[in-house]
Amino acid sequence: MTYIGIIIMFVFVNNFILSQFLGLCPFIGVSKNVDSAIGMGFAVTFVMSIAALTTWAIYNFILAPLDITFLQTITFILVIATLVQLVEMVIQKTSPPLYKSLGIYLPLITTNCAVLGIALIAVRSEYSALESFVAGIAAGLGFLLAIVLMSTIRERMDREWVPKPLRGTPIAFITGGLMALAFMAFDKALLNNLVG
Amino acid sequence: MTAFQDFSKGLFKENPIFVILLGLCPALAVSNQVVNALGMGAGVIFVLLGSNIFVSLLKNFIPEKVRIPSYIVIIASFVTIVDLVLQAYLPTLSDSLGVFVKLIVVNCAILGRAEAFANRNNIGRSILDALGMGIGFTLGLVLIALVREVFGAGTITIFPMGSFDGVIRIPGLVDAPVMVLALAAGALLVMGYLKAFFNWLEMRRKGVRA
Repeated sequence: MTYIGIIIMFVFVNNFILSQFLGLCPFIGVSKNVDSAIGMGFAVTFVMSIAALTTWAIYNFILAPLDITFLQTITFILVIATLVQLVEMVIQKTSPPLYKSLGIYLPLITTNCAVLGIALIAVRSEYSALESFVAGIAAGLGFLLAIVLMSTIRERMDREWVPKPLRGTPIAFITGGLMALAFMAFDKALLNNLVG
Repeated sequence: MTAFQDFSKGLFKENPIFVILLGLCPALAVSNQVVNALGMGAGVIFVLLGSNIFVSLLKNFIPEKVRIPSYIVIIASFVTIVDLVLQAYLPTLSDSLGVFVKLIVVNCAILGRAEAFANRNNIGRSILDALGMGIGFTLGLVLIALVREVFGAGTITIFPMGSFDGVIRIPGLVDAPVMVLALAAGALLVMGYLKAFFNWLEMRRKGVRA
């Protein structure tokens, strides 16, 4: 598949949140205002792209040659946890302003299913190194798109009257469901028409 | 707190799915069929039981600073066991759960129990807690799957036994199902309305007017 195809697939067709339910916890938890949604979205995109590349290297240079691919889950989650720590330290040293805006979201990312999800999906789809990296960025951008749209809707909804039992998370889930319906317009057929 | 409360709190009062909203990512994706929900639930109960037992046993040996990575390694080991066992003995279930079996690792409900309960309680209480939380998780998941499958496809899929192929067809619904509930959007909608329903029940119980 071409790189454009991978990007369209992960941003729209297989949007991680709206069609695969990966990264649902921050989608509901960190979407109360636009600023934090943008911060979280970029932090996730950043970590996902690096994680996809790193886990690709580990899988193809260590796990596969040694025939220990059954250790995939343990290795990947440890690599991701270490990576998140490392990214946090590097950003803290090199760019304090960036750290200030992304810092609080980074520890949350370790248990974000989307990061482990892209690592596992990239291996499963037998992507090359560059394809994995592009898929990581694209899936992160898809996450960013969904969480920012969600946060703008929620900011508006705060000013509206919502029946009491629906307030808070239930209405957030229903909003997410309606967004997922809208995203169904981006399907496999559209992808095939666009990139052949 | 009595032993019974250790067990029962996970079922309703602190239900991981509907009350504390943990572990949703790997849960909603497999709620399209009852059989998948049961499979995922069994996997989570096993992993939760294993991790709670080990965390509780090792709580005095794990240094405070590296406790989270240690818990993750314990959880990941049990997830790998579940994954390999499913691949070997139930390949069809393993295929339909797909990548979500491995994603049990990042099910926050499991890490949450290790951190909030098992590392400060003895092994007996941790086992009861794991069973209660695991069964509560399964109940919640099966409820979502039941609503989605019954209305979305008009069927209830459970395990095939003998001449029974494992699919119960509901007359009337099977020919004209509410397709949207079977799609990805349906999972979020069902989750939202069920949560609202439980909020409403809770309010009524407390005597608050909705």
